[in-house]
Amino acid sequence: MAISTAAPSTTGTRVLAMGRAELILLGRNKMALYVALLLPVLMVWMMRRTIGEMDFGDSGMSLNEASLTGAFGFILLFVVYQNLVSAYVARREELVLKRLRTGEASDIEILGGTALPAVAIAVAQMVVLLVAGVCWLDLRAPARIDLMLIGLVFGLVLSIALAALTTAWAKTVESAQLVTTPLLLISLMGSGLIVPLETMPDVLGDVCGLLPLSPVVELVRGGWLGGLSAYKAVGHVATAVAWTVLAVFAVRRWFRWEPRR
Amino acid sequence: MDIGDSVIAVSGLRRRYGPEGDGGFEAVRGVSFTVGRGEVFALLGTNGAGKTSTVELLEGLERPSGGEVRILGHDPFVERAAVRPRIGVMLQEGGFPSDLTVAETVRMWAGCTTGARPTEEALGMVGLTDRRSVRIKQLSGGERRRLDLALALLGRPEVLFLDEPTTGLDPEARHNTWELVRRLREDGTTVLLTTHYLEEAEALADRLAIMRQGEVVASGAPDEVIGAYPSRIRFAMPVGWFVGDLPPLAELGVEGHEESGGRIELRTRTLQRTLTGLLVWAREKDVELEGLDARTASLEEAFLAIAGGGGPGADAGSGVSVGAAAGAGKGE
Repeated sequence: MAISTAAPSTTGTRVLAMGRAELILLGRNKMALYVALLLPVLMVWMMRRTIGEMDFGDSGMSLNEASLTGAFGFILLFVVYQNLVSAYVARREELVLKRLRTGEASDIEILGGTALPAVAIAVAQMVVLLVAGVCWLDLRAPARIDLMLIGLVFGLVLSIALAALTTAWAKTVESAQLVTTPLLLISLMGSGLIVPLETMPDVLGDVCGLLPLSPVVELVRGGWLGGLSAYKAVGHVATAVAWTVLAVFAVRRWFRWEPRR
Repeated sequence: MDIGDSVIAVSGLRRRYGPEGDGGFEAVRGVSFTVGRGEVFALLGTNGAGKTSTVELLEGLERPSGGEVRILGHDPFVERAAVRPRIGVMLQEGGFPSDLTVAETVRMWAGCTTGARPTEEALGMVGLTDRRSVRIKQLSGGERRRLDLALALLGRPEVLFLDEPTTGLDPEARHNTWELVRRLREDGTTVLLTTHYLEEAEALADRLAIMRQGEVVASGAPDEVIGAYPSRIRFAMPVGWFVGDLPPLAELGVEGHEESGGRIELRTRTLQRTLTGLLVWAREKDVELEGLDARTASLEEAFLAIAGGGGPGADAGSGVSVGAAAGAGKGE
């Protein structure tokens, strides 16, 4: 029965096929599109209004430097994390994930393919941020682009994994909006998105440095603006690795592929 | 069990939900059967008998809590990547994103499928060509089942798993699906299907197994399974005549009889002999047997008796292997 001319499906064709379908769905879901495209911009604007008067003396950052590097965190939270929690829950409740699991795609391909449009939009927004920062807002060219990239890769993987994990607490797409709140709040306040960790009291800054998105923001910030010591960089990478391993393990343990009955 | 030549081989299969002991529930309790290449095998049973739980293990969606499954010689759970390109699956409840169109859904699935048929061919097979631009959420239940079937067939699978493929279909669509399954069998596709519809099993299945409470309680060709059940003759005795007036029932081959409100029901495994004896007696006595009705057992009767807990009984003389297929011995 095997057809000799059969085009085999590969990880590439499968992830692209699922990603394309997911992009079509995103385009037809106005709310999700709004969250993905406008919310990060809105949040950065609000943040600049809020902290515009603040003195970044301790950190030595300008308002532009603090807000543009913090914006990477906003993108990870709203475009990737928030969006994907909704997407995964919606696909799970519609039994799409279960159906996909009967096919040739592996579990990780299914989660990755579903995440593809969100990741693509996030990466595009990050590129825009970088170009806008350097060309128009007088920021320097990235000092250590490698550290930025490491931070972003961990940031993307961690956001996807945390999104998958968060779906364990959501029964419906509506409650998906609710269960994302804790991580959103903790990250907004404690991971240096709005208030840089350097401006916090020492102990608080150290503790906040251990939050999931903190090492990501610190690596992006240090990679772009410079001034990150090798010792600190290794520490941030180690924290990011620890969170990623933990999150991936937790997804394998608790992620549900079909609705609870 | 001869696992070598079988496309599907299941032995001592168990599936447990929840913890050991009273907190959990064992939905599949030692199921064994094999399906050869090109065979259509039907799994029957009432709701909760363990059909879907069994099929999901065959599809490799979960790891069995006991026993063994081989699909084309591979473990479908552990060797998922080796098995999946060669099988097609239609779940009892499949899911597709409600905002995609039919064609978009097929295209997505094609990207995930080795050697996928062209979209038009796949939709044509299930009669959905003119619905290609319709969103999933606007399809009827029957149309969704047909789309699901199209996707199961997309990769020209060697083995096809169909979990209640015609539930919700109108009679014409059901008939078309049957024709499709027959054509696939002629092409050598092995099909395992579950169904509520006994006429579906009778029409399609080369062999079938009936499940009850997680165990296979009867299996074989439809004729064999039905053959284990006696035929029935029903009639009303005229006023003034009684059962005792009939010739000795044992000599007619009657195994048992019931009488209620003047209506008599005889059970026999030699329908022609019993019926002849009865009619000859009636002519000799010039008796009119009102409402005379003689019929061989149907799959439905066999099913109701088996699934309901009856079984053909200890005096079953014919050769069907009732209970023998359930690997773990039942105390029946």
